Amino acid sequence: MMILSGDPPRSRLLAVLLIVIVAMLVLTPWLFPGAKAMNVAVKICIFAVLVASYDLLLGYTGTVSFAHTMFYGIGSYAVAIALYAMGPSWAAIGTGIVVGLPMAMLLALAIGLFSLRVAAIFFAMITLAVASAFQVLASQMSWLTGGEDGRTFRLPELLRPGTVLIDKSAFGFEINGRTLTYYLVFVVSALLILALLRVVNSPFGRVLQAIRENPFRAEALGYRTVFHLTYANCIAATVAACAGVLNALWLRYVGPDTSLAFSIMLDILLMVVIGGMGTIYGAIIGAGIFIIAQNYLQTLMGAASSAAADAGLPLLPGLLHPDRWLLWLGLLFIASVYFFPTGVVGRLRRPKAGAA
Amino acid sequence: MSDLLTLTGVHTHIGRYHILQGVDFAVPEGQVTMLLGRNGAGKTTTLRTVMGLWPASRGEIVLAGERIEAGTTPDIARRGVGYVPESMAVFSDLTVRENLVLGARDRDLDDARLDWIFGFFPALKRFWLSRAGSLSGGQKQMLSIARAIVEPRKLLLIDEPTKGLAPAIVMALIECLKEIKRRGATILMVEQNFHAARELGDTVLVMDNGAIVHRGAMADLAADVALQERLLGLSLETHQ
Repeated sequence: MMILSGDPPRSRLLAVLLIVIVAMLVLTPWLFPGAKAMNVAVKICIFAVLVASYDLLLGYTGTVSFAHTMFYGIGSYAVAIALYAMGPSWAAIGTGIVVGLPMAMLLALAIGLFSLRVAAIFFAMITLAVASAFQVLASQMSWLTGGEDGRTFRLPELLRPGTVLIDKSAFGFEINGRTLTYYLVFVVSALLILALLRVVNSPFGRVLQAIRENPFRAEALGYRTVFHLTYANCIAATVAACAGVLNALWLRYVGPDTSLAFSIMLDILLMVVIGGMGTIYGAIIGAGIFIIAQNYLQTLMGAASSAAADAGLPLLPGLLHPDRWLLWLGLLFIASVYFFPTGVVGRLRRPKAGAA
Repeated sequence: MSDLLTLTGVHTHIGRYHILQGVDFAVPEGQVTMLLGRNGAGKTTTLRTVMGLWPASRGEIVLAGERIEAGTTPDIARRGVGYVPESMAVFSDLTVRENLVLGARDRDLDDARLDWIFGFFPALKRFWLSRAGSLSGGQKQMLSIARAIVEPRKLLLIDEPTKGLAPAIVMALIECLKEIKRRGATILMVEQNFHAARELGDTVLVMDNGAIVHRGAMADLAADVALQERLLGLSLETHQ
């Protein structure tokens, strides 16, 4: 329990679900070595971190921020620009991290100190404004960022797909630089999520929860809410930037669409709501469900549609046509909010919490 | 005996309402001062103004020789003021233990003091790891008071602790507050229940329309039924 900071899933079904997801992620390179499956698995890892760090803000402090993708983008761009400018070396990755993470943290500090004093709605608007400005800046400063085209770069030798570490004869499958990158992403993501779990279960996390419930009472106990919220904002931003670094390392590309787009922010919001706010575990569940649905719903519907057509059913083939996948994703979202208003994790934990 | 807290000419505006209109009083150290008055007289506003939750627009508030009227709420709390707000103000998402840890701020919980608190409120020990939200009203009120006294405080501001509680729990609460008083605490307490007020109070302040209209010893007010009727509009029979 030490590793989970004394905050176990507290629901057998949830524990099983988490173990299945983590086990699948560990085994992906063995079970599904294809490029698509690997991409989906990496995306789940990275978004689980990104969503968990957002959960620290939204779920544990009740602060709505729209700047989370900006911090994610800062991490991505920092490491990408460093690798692009300095060539594929570990020093470049190090430089990107050393520049990117503090930059995200300082920006979060500045935004926090300026705007966390004001009402929540203004904080949300300010983060939206800063994030939009950053997006414009990133696309305008094309000498640095590559503008709308973004930057493609190469990784150090060890992490390239062409680098065979252990060839097929040893285990029956090849372990190459790509596999290594995959595990790098997986391990760092896992560590970051465990670290966030530690943060929310620390005395600091309890103060955040107290502030979420009633900031005046927290102040009357002697807690300076602005500082606590600003710390939380800085931690969330730094973790988001770490997720950005992982994203850039995996894609070997960075551009506005993959790391700054507002649609990423919406995805994060959906995942945190589906998974369950204020739980951290919800991030893993939310990211898992959402990204699998996003990537495989179309395939699944294609199969279902042609099966329905073969069976000669009316209407169904049209309804299940792969082009309608966004409709079904939307319905899935509405259904999940309707049936699990506290998210999947909140729902699974409910009976136990009621008995306590 | 010196005064721990003094208010001089304190005015508080909330929006366009002028709630406190020149409040003057002193809370002597080591005593329990009762703040009485009808609903809407400004009792809760007085406590909130001392706490900095609603800043005073005019006047002086002095705590242990230092002006605090311009201080922020956390700053005032850290000077040793414990505040028990009205209506069972616990953090319902957190456990009983976590609520008390928050009350102790940066320090660890002191076991001897905890045992002392459990002596009054055994329920808190029983539900140590339960969510505070699942407690009954009386237990929440106990937790709220326990959170304010989990560390020794210079001054306790307590807002209607007996409101809405069963008589047996009110008795336990009074015993607890008496014990806290015996340990030398200074308390400023708002109370509607005159019986409880009489049991605990050394001095009494009566408010009306945002100002103090009577001050004196509790014993004098308790002995003078006519004065009670005039000030509080209550007859003792209904409260005994």
